[in-house]
This record gives sequence, C-alpha cells and structure tokens, in this order.
Amino acid sequence: MTWETVIGLETHVELATKTKIFCSCTTEFGGAPNTHCCPVCTGMPGTLPVLNKRVLEFAVKTGLALNGEITRHCKFDRKNYFYPDLPKAYQISQLYLPIVRNGKIPIRTGSGTEKVIRIHELHMEEDAGKLVHDPWLDQTKCDYNRCGVPLIEIVTEPDFRTAEEVIAYLEKLKSTLQYLGVSDCKMQEGSLRCDVNLSVRPAGSTALGTRTEMKNLSSFKAIARAIAYEARRQIERIEEGKPVIQETRRWDENKDATFAMRSKENAQDYRYFPEPDIPPLELSQEYLNALQLAQPEMAEEKMARYQRDYGLPVYDTQMLTGQKALADFFEACITLGSDPKQTANWIMGQVLGQLSAKALEAKDMKLTPATLAKLISMVKAGRLNRNTAVKVFEAVFDSDGDVEEYVKTHGLEQVNDPTALTAAIERVFAANPQSIADFKAGKEKAFGFLVGQVMRDMKGKADPQAVNQALRDRLEG
Amino acid sequence: MKITKELVDYIALLSRLQPDESERVQMTAELEQIVSYMDILSHLDTGNVEPLSHVVPLRNVMREDIVEPSFPKEELLKNAPGGDDEAFLVPKAVE
Repeated sequence: MTWETVIGLETHVELATKTKIFCSCTTEFGGAPNTHCCPVCTGMPGTLPVLNKRVLEFAVKTGLALNGEITRHCKFDRKNYFYPDLPKAYQISQLYLPIVRNGKIPIRTGSGTEKVIRIHELHMEEDAGKLVHDPWLDQTKCDYNRCGVPLIEIVTEPDFRTAEEVIAYLEKLKSTLQYLGVSDCKMQEGSLRCDVNLSVRPAGSTALGTRTEMKNLSSFKAIARAIAYEARRQIERIEEGKPVIQETRRWDENKDATFAMRSKENAQDYRYFPEPDIPPLELSQEYLNALQLAQPEMAEEKMARYQRDYGLPVYDTQMLTGQKALADFFEACITLGSDPKQTANWIMGQVLGQLSAKALEAKDMKLTPATLAKLISMVKAGRLNRNTAVKVFEAVFDSDGDVEEYVKTHGLEQVNDPTALTAAIERVFAANPQSIADFKAGKEKAFGFLVGQVMRDMKGKADPQAVNQALRDRLEG
Repeated sequence: MKITKELVDYIALLSRLQPDESERVQMTAELEQIVSYMDILSHLDTGNVEPLSHVVPLRNVMREDIVEPSFPKEELLKNAPGGDDEAFLVPKAVE
C-alpha cells in the first residue's frame, strides 16, 4: 500500500522586543541565572502583568503579512498547568480569541512544488523558564530569565505532505519575520521552535489518521529527519496491525529516533479561562491602517522591483531576497554605485558560496557592502582581473579586510602594460616551440596552454582578455 | 451538575492535591453545594446578553517597551523554600 504523510506545524517565535511581554525586564539572551527577573515574571502573588505595546504591534504586523484576519476584539486566557518552568502555575496565552486567524503562506519547494499553506491561527503568549537537572543533588534548577519573553505561536492547518514542504514553509516564515523585523529567528538560541504534528493515511484517503506530536526539534535538519523517522514508525505499526497512539514524542538527536514522553505529561487538561489581570483589547481601524501603511517592503515586492528597475532575471531576484540581510547588502552595494547585475553575480556566486561553506547566515557575516563594492569597482577599472578578484574576496571575507591594502601587499594589481605582455609572450614562445607548432597544425588546445603559460609568467596579474587578443594577433598575424 | 467522587479525584490530580478519604467526602459535598448555587444563573434568560470577557470596563491597558532594572536575584530567591545562590531548586522535574 502507498501511504501519505499529513503534517501540521506549531511554530513558536520569540519576538524581538526589548522587554518581556508583561513586565519591564530585559529579553536579552543569556545572562546569569535569574538576573533578568522581577516579581511579575517570577509569579509573585499580588503582582499585576501589563501588556507590552510592541508585542501587540508585532503580532498584528505578522498577521497582516500572513494575509490573516485580525481579531479586532481580542483577549488573553489562562492556561493552567503545574510544571516548574512556569512559576505562576499558569501561562498567559490566547485560546478563545487569538489575535490572527485564517492566514496563508505561499511556498515553493526546492523541487518546484508551489502551494499555499493555510494558517489556522496566530496567538500571543509568554515563554517559560529553563530547567536544568542537577544530577548531584537530584534536583532541578529553575532559571526564569526566559520566563515572560514574548512569543507568537503560529499554527498551520495539516497542509504539508513532505518534509521538503515543511522546510520550505519554515524558510519562508523565517524570511518573512526577518523582513518585518519582529524576530531574529535564531534556532540555536531557541527564538524559532517548532512542534510537528504528523499522521499517515492510505494514499487517496481523505480521513485523517491518529497523529503524534513531536517536540525538541532544534534545527531544520532535525525536523526533516524526525519527519522521515516518525512517518516510517507509524506506517510500520499500522502494517503490523498495531494502532498509532495519540501522544507527544520527543526527538532524540543522538539516537535519531522519537520516544514517547511520560504519559503524565500527556494528561492535558489546561482548564483555560479568561485572564482576569489583563483587560481586553479593542483594535481600531485607524490602528490597523497605520500598521498596514508602515509595513516594510517584503521579499515579493523587492523581487518585482529588482526585475523592473535593474532588469535582473527572476532567478537572481529570488536568490537575493531569500534572506533580508542579503537583500539589504545588495541594495547597499547599488547605493555605493555598483552595477546591479555584477553585484548580483558576486552575491550569488561568491557571497552565498562563502556563507554556505562556512555555514553562516547573511546577517552574521562581517563582510561589508563597501568592501564588495570596492572589489567590483577595481575589476571594472581593470585594476584586478576577475580570477584574482575572487581570490582577494576569499581572503578578505572573514574579517572584512582592506581590499586595497591586500592587493598592494600581495602585489596583485593587474598589469596593463603592453610592453610587459609582449615580453612575457616572447619568453613563453621561446620556451614552447612545440606548442606553437601544434597550434599552427590546427590544435586549438595548444592555444589554451599558451594563454595559461603567459598568465603564469605574469603571475596571474594580466588581463586574460588582453592576453588572448595579443596571442591571437601574434600567432595569426 | 452532579459532583462524583471520580470528578473530585480528577480535580485533585490536576491541582496536585492529595486529600485523604474524609477530606474527599467533605469536598464532594461542598463542591456540590457551590455548583448548585451557581445553577441559579442558568435559570436566567441570557439570550440577549453579550458574553462578558472582563468585569472591569477597561480596554487596551499597555505599557511602552522600555527596559527597567530587574530585581536583585538575592531578593527574589529569598522567598524560595529551596534555592542556592543562583537558582530556585525543585524536586527532579526533567527526564
């Protein structure tokens, strides 16, 4: 039998506000345990949480970018549970009136599938603290620095069929959030976290199978592997005649498998009720209009503009706008006077090449637009040939080195001196009579060899086109 | 609504309470009384009443996103029944 995998995602995103959602403690990552805390975020009795204006603003901006319906009359609810990561014994979240409903995210996978993922809802809530087990004391240490950091949870409909679609969605979501400036989306610091709901069913069936929820997925790679593992596990169970049990499973990166979490943690009855400490929100049409107007230029709009204003091919515009930091970098180079197509080629070839080789994201690279613009202008002015420029680029990439300085100390400047070129050709001819004879006998390959020899004689600093031309003239003239 | 022994056990579990047998009997009776008192409300016709989301007529109470100093860690930890010099300590809670 052929099986179909059905997947829905719940993504938690930490918002890039300066302060927590209900108090004025900093949201800065790290810090010594319990130093970013106050009576509100540690749940002391008698304290009163007050909503951070910017959290609402970021949630609405995201909802607008996801083409969702904004809930004009909105409120918070209490989700009650006992676990020491939340000292209040409840999480302030939204169940009945989430801020956004019915959004859409269009995706395009690497293999070219295009589809629209429906967003069921987006709601605001607070993050929990970090628990560290101390094996010596056999006790758990609670660090509440993350407690109260604002989150939005984005819940999709079960619209994914493959891991590839899931990754394409997460990349699109991440890029959208970064364009909006509402989150830095650092997975390694937990600011983008994902739970995967997965079930399988016979291909062609429309009923949904029993699903499991997977947690502890800390990278896109882990998500893809966990999906493959869990789909296979469920199919094997069904084929052996065993039922799939609805449960929460934890992905174990080292064992490359999912494990059922203790059933105690699966007993879910959160007894939600309206949050009495936070008055409801009424969003005016003016408020929504103002936020809509202030939306930044998003990837699709940038793609259209690059095609229209710079005549770039669709492919280039897709590559340039995939990460906001890359699009910003590109635009800064253009402002510095670089040719758009040249810049696009450098970014797609060299910049993305270096980033991928070094497993970096564009926003984390040290290279500045000024450095690339300088390099492009030196090539254009005939001071560097393209091959040498690539070598210089690789040398300065890591620490944004001084291009001019590097070229000077390594003596890489292109030699545009016809006398020096003629002299080099003379030397190469004298040393390689056989190749000249071969070329004259019709072996075009010998020409390439001679070009290489002249370039070598001139230590790679000659203009390859000038070498080509001079050699042709000399051999055929 | 009938308050059963099973329901009391379930609420006790959710609340992490471990009442003994006599307490359970007492709680069952008390809960029964409270819930039937609330049942008076269901005799009212609320067909034309908007659901209430908050008792105070306040809306949009928010603060600016400006960082204020956090509390001294020592002060916060003072209230904890278990703690060392940097964290709250609780019985083992992670797998």
